[in-house]
Amino acid sequence: MSELVNTSTPQNWYLLLSTLLFSIGVMGVLIRRNAIIILMCIELMLNSVNLLLVSFSAYAGNTDGQVFVFFIMVVAAAEVAVGLALLVSIYRNLGSTDIDVLSKLKG
Amino acid sequence: MEQFIQPINLIAPSLWVPLLPLLGFFLLTFFGKQLKSAGPWIASLLVLGSFLLSVYLFVNLGNKQSLDYDVFTWMHWGEVSLNFGFLIDPLSLIMLLVITGIGFLIHLYSIGYMHHDEGFVRFFSYLNLFIFFMLLLVMGNSYLIMFIGWEGVGLCSYLLIGFWYTNDAYNDAAKKAFIMNRIGDLGFLLGMFFMLFYLGGLDFATVLSNAAEFEKGAPLLVVITLLLFVGAMGKSAQLPLYTWLPDAMAGPTPVSALIHAATMVTAGIYMIVRSNILFSLAPFTLEVVMWVGVATSLFAAIIGIKQNDIKKVLAYSTVSQLGLMFAALGLGAYTSGMFHVVTHAFFKALLFLGAGSVIHAMGGEQDMRRMGGLWKYIKVTAITFLIATLAISGIFPFAGFFSKDEILAAAFHHKIVWVLLSVSSMITAFYMFRLFFLTFFTSFRGTEEEKHHLHESPWTMTLPLAILSLFAIGAGFLGMPAVMHMPHWFNGFLAPVVETSKSILGEAHHVDHNTEIMLMLLATALAVTSIVIAYVFYVSRKTVPEPDTETKGLAKWVAKKFYIDELYNAVFVKPMMVLSDVFHVVIDKLVIDLFVNASAWMVGFTGRTLRLVQTGNTGFYLFIMVFAMMVLLLIQLVQ
Amino acid sequence: MLSLLLLLIPLVFSIVIWFTKGITSRAAALVGTLVQLVFTGYAYNVFLAEGSKPFEYLYQMAIKPNLVFHFSMDGISMLMVLLTNLLLPLIVLAGFNRFTERANVFYSLMLLMQMALIGVFISFDAFGYYIFWELALIPIYFIAFNWGGQDRAAVTLKFFIYTLAGSLLMLFGFIYLYTYSPQNSLDWAVLKANPICSCEQGWIFWMLFAAFAIKIPIVPFHTWQPDTYKTAPTQGTMLLSGIMLKMGTYSLIRWLLPIVPDGFKEWQSVAITLSVVGIVYASVIAIMQRDLKKLLAYSSIAHVGLISAGVFTMSRVGLQGSLTQMFAHGINVVGLFFCADIIMNRTGSNQVEGIGGIRKVAPRFAGWFMVIVLGSVALPLTNGFVGEFMLLFSVYSYNTWLSVFAGLTIILGAVYMLRMYQKVVLGDAIIENMQFEDLKWNEQLVLGIIGVLIFALGIYPEPIFELIEPVLKTLTP
Repeated sequence: MSELVNTSTPQNWYLLLSTLLFSIGVMGVLIRRNAIIILMCIELMLNSVNLLLVSFSAYAGNTDGQVFVFFIMVVAAAEVAVGLALLVSIYRNLGSTDIDVLSKLKG
Repeated sequence: MEQFIQPINLIAPSLWVPLLPLLGFFLLTFFGKQLKSAGPWIASLLVLGSFLLSVYLFVNLGNKQSLDYDVFTWMHWGEVSLNFGFLIDPLSLIMLLVITGIGFLIHLYSIGYMHHDEGFVRFFSYLNLFIFFMLLLVMGNSYLIMFIGWEGVGLCSYLLIGFWYTNDAYNDAAKKAFIMNRIGDLGFLLGMFFMLFYLGGLDFATVLSNAAEFEKGAPLLVVITLLLFVGAMGKSAQLPLYTWLPDAMAGPTPVSALIHAATMVTAGIYMIVRSNILFSLAPFTLEVVMWVGVATSLFAAIIGIKQNDIKKVLAYSTVSQLGLMFAALGLGAYTSGMFHVVTHAFFKALLFLGAGSVIHAMGGEQDMRRMGGLWKYIKVTAITFLIATLAISGIFPFAGFFSKDEILAAAFHHKIVWVLLSVSSMITAFYMFRLFFLTFFTSFRGTEEEKHHLHESPWTMTLPLAILSLFAIGAGFLGMPAVMHMPHWFNGFLAPVVETSKSILGEAHHVDHNTEIMLMLLATALAVTSIVIAYVFYVSRKTVPEPDTETKGLAKWVAKKFYIDELYNAVFVKPMMVLSDVFHVVIDKLVIDLFVNASAWMVGFTGRTLRLVQTGNTGFYLFIMVFAMMVLLLIQLVQ
Repeated sequence: MLSLLLLLIPLVFSIVIWFTKGITSRAAALVGTLVQLVFTGYAYNVFLAEGSKPFEYLYQMAIKPNLVFHFSMDGISMLMVLLTNLLLPLIVLAGFNRFTERANVFYSLMLLMQMALIGVFISFDAFGYYIFWELALIPIYFIAFNWGGQDRAAVTLKFFIYTLAGSLLMLFGFIYLYTYSPQNSLDWAVLKANPICSCEQGWIFWMLFAAFAIKIPIVPFHTWQPDTYKTAPTQGTMLLSGIMLKMGTYSLIRWLLPIVPDGFKEWQSVAITLSVVGIVYASVIAIMQRDLKKLLAYSSIAHVGLISAGVFTMSRVGLQGSLTQMFAHGINVVGLFFCADIIMNRTGSNQVEGIGGIRKVAPRFAGWFMVIVLGSVALPLTNGFVGEFMLLFSVYSYNTWLSVFAGLTIILGAVYMLRMYQKVVLGDAIIENMQFEDLKWNEQLVLGIIGVLIFALGIYPEPIFELIEPVLKTLTP
């Protein structure tokens, strides 16, 4: 396993990258108003976690993490499919994907 | 008495004694319509059958042996088992004869008396049911079976007092009787629990033999006997539970004669005599019994003076006489009390039936102020009534003289009691003759229409009167005082029942013969004085009691029965009703439902409040989510 | 297998009835309950012939290792099943001379209810027991809601939420027991054999007791009951009072006593006091009740208070008395509500005061009503007395003063029952031109059967004792 990854690169770099990607995702979710972008940002956050899992898996020499990544990718794909379908439907109905318009659930 | 039949062979006949009236009840209840007018005759004949069987038992058992057997197990748990069984001993035999004998006569009488009533058949079915329960009461071999009869006769009393059920006042009287009896019954029930718990059973044999192990005055026995006495107070109408009996006169007159004079109300006395060992071992209770008896006797007698309803007078006289019997029991003179039960059953039943005959003749009128001079219209009734009145007043040689004299003699060593009882019997003689003179002497005071209606009753009514008057004359000779040098048959017959008590209580205070003769003369003199006073008042001066509205002062208190009913109403009945509403409206609807509704409101409130968080702004949700995640992370980090 | 069949017959009939219409539905319901009754009779005979050996049936569920449906019938269950299956035909028959809207749904729900009740009485695993316990709530909710009287929405909601809240606590209790039982089992025998540490039994007791106390109901958990009894259609009230509240008292004996004996002992005094206070409290309220059905509801609270007090004495006589009284009360209360229903239907009034004069026009009805009233005031030789005597004695053995207080029930019971009887049945008719037919054939039949049972069990209660005594031997020290 160890020869697959150059372990001389400190793992911190991976951690930093993944944190950075995650933060971008969070900020995107919080700031943007377009539902499609928010969906993308969520995907970004998921992938940052995937990256983290892969890196830990590699450094620990254990494949469990990578198996999980496949799971997450499958689930994410399904989720995107459903999410996009919803958005398409919303767009058809409301003519907009701005989340500020979607306030029907106000209690 | 020579014995020619084994007791074991008497079981079947003894079972039929109560079963015959029960059969009568079912026949009349379910086939009353089909039987038509034969129904009442069947009912009467079945009771006659019971009477004949009782005589058969009496002849064959005598007082040397008794019959005690279980039919089946009624209840059982763990080690305890309570059986349904019967005991026929001298005491039960006496009661059996009285109940079925007088019961039959009253059935016969009722055929004439109730003939025109639309509930004719129903009346007889209830009477038969009553006889059944009363027989159960005196035949049971345990307190439990006695209790069945005890409550059963209460039920029949309820049904019969409220016999004319469209009249709400009568229904109230019936309800009152049942409820007051139930108060006593609770005492009885608790007494049974004590016996079951500490004396290991409820059948007389076990209880009485185990009780004999205790020393005299043991607290347990005092408690048990006091509780039993509470039961007796209810059933036998003693202070303070007596108010139902005068009201119970709402029932048809034969009912008053049978249930509320001759049999049911003496159940308390029977019960105490039955458990005489327990009571003898509890001197304190005997003391209580005695004083309650004396007080009731005097109290009821005083009220009796001012009553104008012919049946009410008799009712108070019953209460008073029952008090006398309890006083006798309290003095330890069990057989004397029992003797008075028997003689009283005859002359009081006679009085009531006579009163019934008078009411029958008057077409339903019960107020003595509207009677008078009936002697010449209804001779048979009047003569038999006179015999009974003499008997209850204690004039020699009528039955009441002997039994009363015995009680007074027993009380002689206790001077205060003796004086009070003498006063009470003097008052009794007075108001009974007041009743007699007002009803039968001077001239008729009713309306012309009533006068026209006056007639002697049919033979079914007069025959029982005649038979009972024979007993009212003769029954006293069953127990001749020692001074007459004749055997006291009654005491001798009951001796086996009370012999243990005799040894516990020690030798009774015997008065010597001279004193006894003196006492008899004194009692007779007092009674005669009362009669003379009554004669002067109501015959010579022709006084008629004033209308209710003109009664004043002390007399009004007496006429209003010292306002005891009103007192009970104000102290128990009204507060109970108020309490009921308070519980329902305040506690149930306000306090408890407050908690229930408060918890529901809490849920609603939480929902309403938390709803505000749902702004509908997706960005806000996301922000909250991220913020919360960061907080969680921070917490994780700090730890 | 017999026990499973007893469960299936009502279910099958319940489904069949759904597809019938109008008069056929109630005929089908009668047939169904009668088949069930006959079958119960057969089972009873087999049970006695085999020397009171419980009928066992175990269904292992594959999902989770130790969650099972365990049906069994010992003497106590047999008694309750007998009561249920005896009363159901009577309750169905009681509705025969009147029109019920959507009768197929009504009777279908009723038979579903029967199945659930029997399930409660024969489940020997807390898992199945809980399912049936909750299942029993559903049909009665719909019956009360759809066929009920005034305010039914609010009243049934209160009833439903109240009992559901209790059941939820019970569920927590059972889950806790499940996690701490040695083999993760909820089987009755396992739970009984391995009681949880006595330090924890106290609060487990309250978890389970809350559910039972609400169902019984014990004062002060009773406020749902009078209104529900009043609002529900009378046949529903009969089900509720005759059988459903017996679920609570039965569960006290079946589940609470054996499973948390130490908790039971710890809280014994509190529970008895609550029960006894409830007796007097409810009796006093009943005295002045204006509404006929509410009066009977409060009298029912008083009676079951005595039953639960008897259970909490933990003595043989108390348990035996309470089971006897449960059977007796089930019969009497169904009779009482039926009489109340007849009165309300014919006079159109549900008030205690302002009717009167019924005895004059309907003597047969008045007679049978009297018999049932006597049974309920515990006159000796009626079924009410046997149980009440034993119960009061058990309370007496526990505490003398408490028994004096509990004994007031015989006085107060007479007060409110006779007052009611006098106002409603005796006297002169207050309603003008009152039309009051005497009993019809089905009413005569129902009241006749009830009346005969009242006396038969009062004179010879041995059949009940015979069923329950062997079981009680194993439950009490």
